Parts: sequence; C-alpha cells; structure tokens
Amino acid sequence: MRAASVARGAAPRLEPPGIRAGIVFGVLILTFAALAGRALYLQWIDNGFLQEQGQARYSRDIEVPAHRGRILDRHGEALAISTPVKSLWAFPDRFQATPAQLRELARVLETSAASLERRIAAAGDFVYLAKQLPPEVAERALALGIKGLNDETTYGRYYPAGEVAAQVIGFTGTKDAGQEGIELAQQTWLGGHAGSRRVIINRRGEVVEDVASIRAPQAGRDLALSIDSRLQHLAFRELKAAVEAQRAKAGGLVVLDVASGEILALANYPTFNPNRRDGRLAPEKMRNRALTDIFEPGSTMKPFTIAAALEAGTVRPDTLIATAGGSLTIGGATIRDAHAAGNMTVEQVVQKSSNVGTARIALGLPAERMWRTLSEAGFGAAPRTGFPGEVPGRLRAAKTWKPIEQATISYGHGISTNLVQLARAYTIFANDGELKPVTLFKTGGAVEGRQVISPDSARKIRRMLELAAQPGGTAPKAQVAGYRVAGKTGTAHKLEGRAYANKYVSSFVGFAPVSNPRIVVAVMIDEPSAGQYYGGAVAAPVFSTVTGAALRLLGVPSDAASNNAILPTDVVEIGEET
Amino acid sequence: MTRVSLALLVVLVACALSLVTSRHQARKLTTELTRAEAEARAYEIEFGRLTLEQSTWATPARVDKLARELKLQSPPPQRVVVIEMPEASR
Repeated sequence: MRAASVARGAAPRLEPPGIRAGIVFGVLILTFAALAGRALYLQWIDNGFLQEQGQARYSRDIEVPAHRGRILDRHGEALAISTPVKSLWAFPDRFQATPAQLRELARVLETSAASLERRIAAAGDFVYLAKQLPPEVAERALALGIKGLNDETTYGRYYPAGEVAAQVIGFTGTKDAGQEGIELAQQTWLGGHAGSRRVIINRRGEVVEDVASIRAPQAGRDLALSIDSRLQHLAFRELKAAVEAQRAKAGGLVVLDVASGEILALANYPTFNPNRRDGRLAPEKMRNRALTDIFEPGSTMKPFTIAAALEAGTVRPDTLIATAGGSLTIGGATIRDAHAAGNMTVEQVVQKSSNVGTARIALGLPAERMWRTLSEAGFGAAPRTGFPGEVPGRLRAAKTWKPIEQATISYGHGISTNLVQLARAYTIFANDGELKPVTLFKTGGAVEGRQVISPDSARKIRRMLELAAQPGGTAPKAQVAGYRVAGKTGTAHKLEGRAYANKYVSSFVGFAPVSNPRIVVAVMIDEPSAGQYYGGAVAAPVFSTVTGAALRLLGVPSDAASNNAILPTDVVEIGEET
Repeated sequence: MTRVSLALLVVLVACALSLVTSRHQARKLTTELTRAEAEARAYEIEFGRLTLEQSTWATPARVDKLARELKLQSPPPQRVVVIEMPEASR
C-alpha cells in the first residue's frame, strides 16, 4: 500500500532508509553473493560432477568388438573359427514368466520347463539359462517377452576338423584365450582386443557424433598352418584304424614335406572332440604325443649310426661285418639278433636290421664322432616347431658313453626322441644330407637347411633303406604301388622304471618317392597287443597306405611301375627286436 | 558505416545458418556411418558363420563317410595312366 502511494506521488520524497529496509537490502545482497559464489564455484572449481552428469545424458562409451583370428590349413580351409553366440541369463528374483511362457521358452531352448524351473530355483543371485546359443535361437527366446530374461553376446570357437587335428590346434578356454596347442602358443597373434570409443547419441539412441576413440579395436589375425586338411584326415583315419586293430595304447603319425620342412599332417590317437569338451578331459587324450612324448626309437636309429661310419670312412656299403652267430658280448652284456644269420654286408645290416652288425660298426667309431652325427641330425634338441611343451629327447654327451652304451645307442636304446624329431632327422637321407628345420606354419617354398652328411653317404643310405622296404628286408609291407619307397622299421622294448619290459613301441620311418623324395612319413604305435609287434608288421602297413594316398593327393608322378609292390604269399617275415 | 555493419550482419547470419546445416549434415552422416558399420559387422559375422558352415560340410571326414555310403573309390594304381607332358607345351 505504501509503495503504491509512493509511486503515485508527484514528487515522492524518499524517506531516509529505515533499519528494516537496510536489513532486507543486506539479506538480498548476501543471497545474491552466495548464489554468485556457488555458481562460480560450480563453474570453475567443482565442475567435475555436473559435467559428468551432463555428458551422461548424451555421451556414451561403446565397445567395439574384435574377433579372434581364424586358424587355417595350408589351402585356406578353416580349422578354427570364432562366431558370435548368445547366452541367456536372469536374476532369479526378477525373473517372471507365466507357465505358458516358460513352456515356450523350454521348447525354444530344447529342454523341459521343469528343468528350467529347477535351475532357477537352485541358483543364487544369478543364473545362466542357456550358454553358447546360435543368435537366432536367442532372438526367438527373447521375443517371448519374458520379464527378467537377458542376453549376453560372446564369441564361441568352433573346430570344423574336430578330433582329427585336436591336439595340434588345441582349444580356447574362458574369455576366448588360448589354453592348449597352437591356440595357446599363438595367443598374441590370434587374440583380438575389443576397442572402445566415445560417441554422442540423440534422443532416439542413434550415434550422431564420434567424439573420440578411447581404444582402437584390434582384430585377431588369421594364421595359416602347414597342415593339409586332406592329408591330416587321411593320416588320422589310418592311424586310428591301426591303433584299434592292434589294440594299442596310443599312436602317432607325422607327414613332413621334404623340401620345406613343413609338417603336412600330425595325427595322434587317442583323441578328443574340441567342440564338445564336457567335464574334465583325460590329459593322455589331449597330449600331442608326437611332440611332447619321448620314446626310445629302437632300430629306426640304425641308419644314423651307419651314416656316421660311412662319413668317417670306417666302412663301405659292401664291407663284410662279423654278425655270424647273432650275438655279441660287451662287458658282460650280450646283444642278440632276433634271427641269427651268417656274416652280412653293411647294406644287409640295415636291410635285415641286425643289432650285432650295427653295434660292431658303432664300436669301430670314436664315440665323439658318432655323437656328432646324431647331434647334428637333431637328436637331443627340441625341434622348435613353435608348439608349446615340445621335448628335446635325450642324447647324453659322448664322454659319458661306456662301450656297451655306445653299442645300444647305435640301435636306438639309451637315447630318446619324439616322433617329429625322428621324422625330421630322416630328411637328411631324403635331402642328400641336408637337415631341414621343421615348422607347423605355412612357409611356402623350400628353405635352407644344414648339411649334416655328404650327398654321397645320403644316397648310399637311401639305397639301403629302399632294400629294407622290399622283399628280403624287414618291411616289405611298406611298399607302395607305383612309387619307390625307402624306410626303416623299429621295434623297441619299452623302458618301465629302469628295466625293459615285454612291451613294445613299433615304428616305421620312411620317405618316398626314392627317385626324388617329396615326403617323410613316420608312424609310431605304442604297445600293440593284438599279437603282432614287429614294426614291419604293425607300422609299415600304415606307412604304405598313408604314403600311397598322400603321394596321389599331392599329384606326385609315380617313379615305378604300378605292379612294383611284390608281396609273395610265402614271404618270410624277417623279425627284429629294437 | 551502417551499411558495412549491415552487410557484415548478413554475412554473419549466413555463416551461422551454414554452420547449423553442416552440423546437422554431419550428424546425419555419422548416424548413417554407424549404421553402415553395424551392417558391415553383421555381414562379417554372417561370413564367419557361412565359412564355418561350409567347412563343416566339407570336412574330409564327412566327405569320406558319404563317399563310402555311395560306394565310391579312388581308382587303383593299375588303372591310372600317367601322361607325360611334352616339354614344349608347358
């Protein structure tokens, strides 16, 4: 009222400010000052919270997924592929479904409503209703509109080759990280890193502006192995058949490319299916025996002893060795041949696999000299294929050899190796004396090796090994129609503790075609127990089937008439031990 | 003086408007880009799935099984004729 009268007054005389007006004025000033202070404070000093809140309204950090690289064979066939899968999960206390919805859900997930209910009831705070579903199945489940049902996208890893190459490729564990085999060894190469970027979104949730890339996504890279899927399947099929027919404990088979040292096939049996790994897997099924297990090779070692002697010049292929009687006693221990015969030439020692003959040849050599040849052929050192857990095998220093040990090492006892190492060592005979590095990765083309023995010695050994794989040798069953093959059998007693048991490791290592070797094939059958145990009877037939089929698959021209494989019905099986 | 000011004002408004349009354009394009990226990702996933499917159908183990069911066999070496290619025609 009073203010109105003031405004209406013609010449209002301002009353001196009273105390009341002073207080009001003061309070107003203080209030404004406080507001301004707070505003300044929020603007300049404590600005984090509000800025964050503001940004949260329009900016988002979104994850940019990166998938794991594929593993391919040498021709680009997939051996391991990642593809997105969905898992369905729920918080049990928020999960609400009508009985009809639950029945529908059970039908989509191919289970029963009762089991779903049990699962939800048994769970604590959180439960997975289904894992690793194909995305379209998960979509159908979500389309039922059940409250509290959520999905999550992860990558599932699939192995089309399944059990055939399981031990080589290995598998991934949780979080898509490699756990075994190549998946583990090449984790950094294969593994992808999800990226993250900050964007501005509009009211409809569409991205309207890219603000910043927080982390660039890094997709996993593809990896090409040296494995040839077709050869791998062939090797696995034949190995499996042989292990089962011989009621053996296990087996291994390696196919090497002679020129490049690439492993074309590496099969192990028993095996497992990497796509269905329920529960705990038996470690003996997961192991890549051909690389991680060592064994005493037995007679397959003999050609290396002979090669050392040829190199040293102590013998020639036609030198006569005193093997008559079939036994040799050194320092109280006696070496025997499985079948006594007359004196043999060096060539025949290999052909008939004579222990006595090989031991005599070895004893004519300085231990150091023999050791050097074995060591240069790669024994006692891991083959470095890039596979985790490969073992070097054992080759003791020559200084520690007693004569009896030198004699037994000459025919493959007291020395141990893995199968890949043994196959690789045979490249020196196939390659005119050159040892090739082995690899599990595709290299494309011949690689430089290391000359271990002279081309001349290599050719001489090749001739002996061809004789061994013919009638009159220990392995006529290794012959292949249309191709000349060469190789050596092994029938080694197994060491149990410190003594040799009446269990055997039967093996055969050879290469073909002899006129221009292309592949080395090594077969190992552990503890055959169906009656036969000679390498020539157990392992050589596997070699023959695999080599024949592999050479035809690779399109190698034949170097012999198709009726070259002579298996007379009255063939005398030439036995050997070691 | 006023005329210059007016002219500058017009230029300023024009600039402001063009900024608005280009900004809008940029947002629209970003949306489109994001959508295209999502699509590319979906195709990549589809490709992975198809590769998987293809290699599953083509596993040697399956081919082997089917071939046996159909009683197919590779010709025995006796029935294979190797043809020597003359050097000149290579």
